[in-house]
Amino acid sequence: MAVSSRDEIFEKVKDVLENALGVDPEDVTMDATLIGDLGAESIDFLDISFKLEQEFSIKIDQGELFPENLMSDDTLVEDGKLTDKAMDILRERMPHVDFSKLDADRRVNQLSEVFTVESLVDFIDRKLAA
Amino acid sequence: MRWMWIDTVTAFEDGVRMEAVKNLSLSEELFHDHFDGEEDGLPPEPVMPGSLMVEGMAQTAGILVGSVNRFREKVVLAKVSKVEFDEDAAPGQTLRYEAEIERMDAVGASTRGIVRRLDHADGVWREIGRIDLIFSHLDNNTGGREFPEHNFVFGDNFKQILASAGLDRLFDDES
Repeated sequence: MAVSSRDEIFEKVKDVLENALGVDPEDVTMDATLIGDLGAESIDFLDISFKLEQEFSIKIDQGELFPENLMSDDTLVEDGKLTDKAMDILRERMPHVDFSKLDADRRVNQLSEVFTVESLVDFIDRKLAA
Repeated sequence: MRWMWIDTVTAFEDGVRMEAVKNLSLSEELFHDHFDGEEDGLPPEPVMPGSLMVEGMAQTAGILVGSVNRFREKVVLAKVSKVEFDEDAAPGQTLRYEAEIERMDAVGASTRGIVRRLDHADGVWREIGRIDLIFSHLDNNTGGREFPEHNFVFGDNFKQILASAGLDRLFDDES
C-alpha cells in the first residue's frame, strides 16, 4: 500500500469519526479529544477500532490503540491515580499518544484528555510505516 | 415468547450471515397501540415500530455472533451504529432480517443488516431499511468487570428458535 500523507490519514480518520460518533466534520480537529470534545463512550472505541482497520486495511490488536483493564489492576492505579508503573507501560505500549499532559495530574479520568484525533492519526501513521 | 421479535431462522451460513423472518399479525397487541402518522386522508394505519425492527435485527445478528463461539460468550447489544427506514411494515406482511458479520474479535463484533418486507399481494421482497450494530462480549469487556458465569443471554427462547430451523446442533456443540 502507498504510504499516505498525514493529511490524507487525517481526512480518513475524520470520516471514521463522523460515522462512528455522529459528529460534524468541523468539530473533528487534530486537538479535539475523543471523549471530552467528540462525546465518545467506551463502546465507541471498539467501533472506531473496527472502522480504522477497514479504512486502512490494517489489524489492530486488543489494547493496542486504547488502554484496557487499567482500573482492575492495583499496581497500575492507586487512589484513583496512575502509578509510575502504569505510566511506563502506557508510554511503551502507546507511542502514538502524548502523555505529557498527565505529568501534572495523574488522575485516571485525565486519561480522556490525551486521546485526541491527533493520537489516532499518529497511530495510523506509525502503523502504515511499520 | 413475548420478547422474541423473530419467528424463525431461514438462512444460516456459519460465521458469515444469517436471515430470520418475522410475520406481522393484526392480532398482535402492538398493532392496537402504534400507528403511522401520514396525513394521507386515511385513518391512521397500524405499523411496526422501528425500535422493534431494531430489536429483531439485534436478535438475528446476536444469534449469528453468538453462534461463532457456540454460545459460550455473552453477546450483548452495545451500540446501534446506523438505522435507516424507507417505508413502514404493516400487519399481513412479513419482515426478513438479513445480518452479516463485518468484523469480529475477542472484545466484540460489528454487523451490517438489511430489512426486507414481503408484501403477500405481489410476492416481492423489498428492502425497506438498513441496521448496523455493535455487540460486546460481556466477559471480555474493556472495563474488566465480572458477570455471572451462567450464560443469561442465550436462553431457551433462542434455543427454540434455532431448533425450529433445525439449527439446535449449534447448542449441542457447547462444551
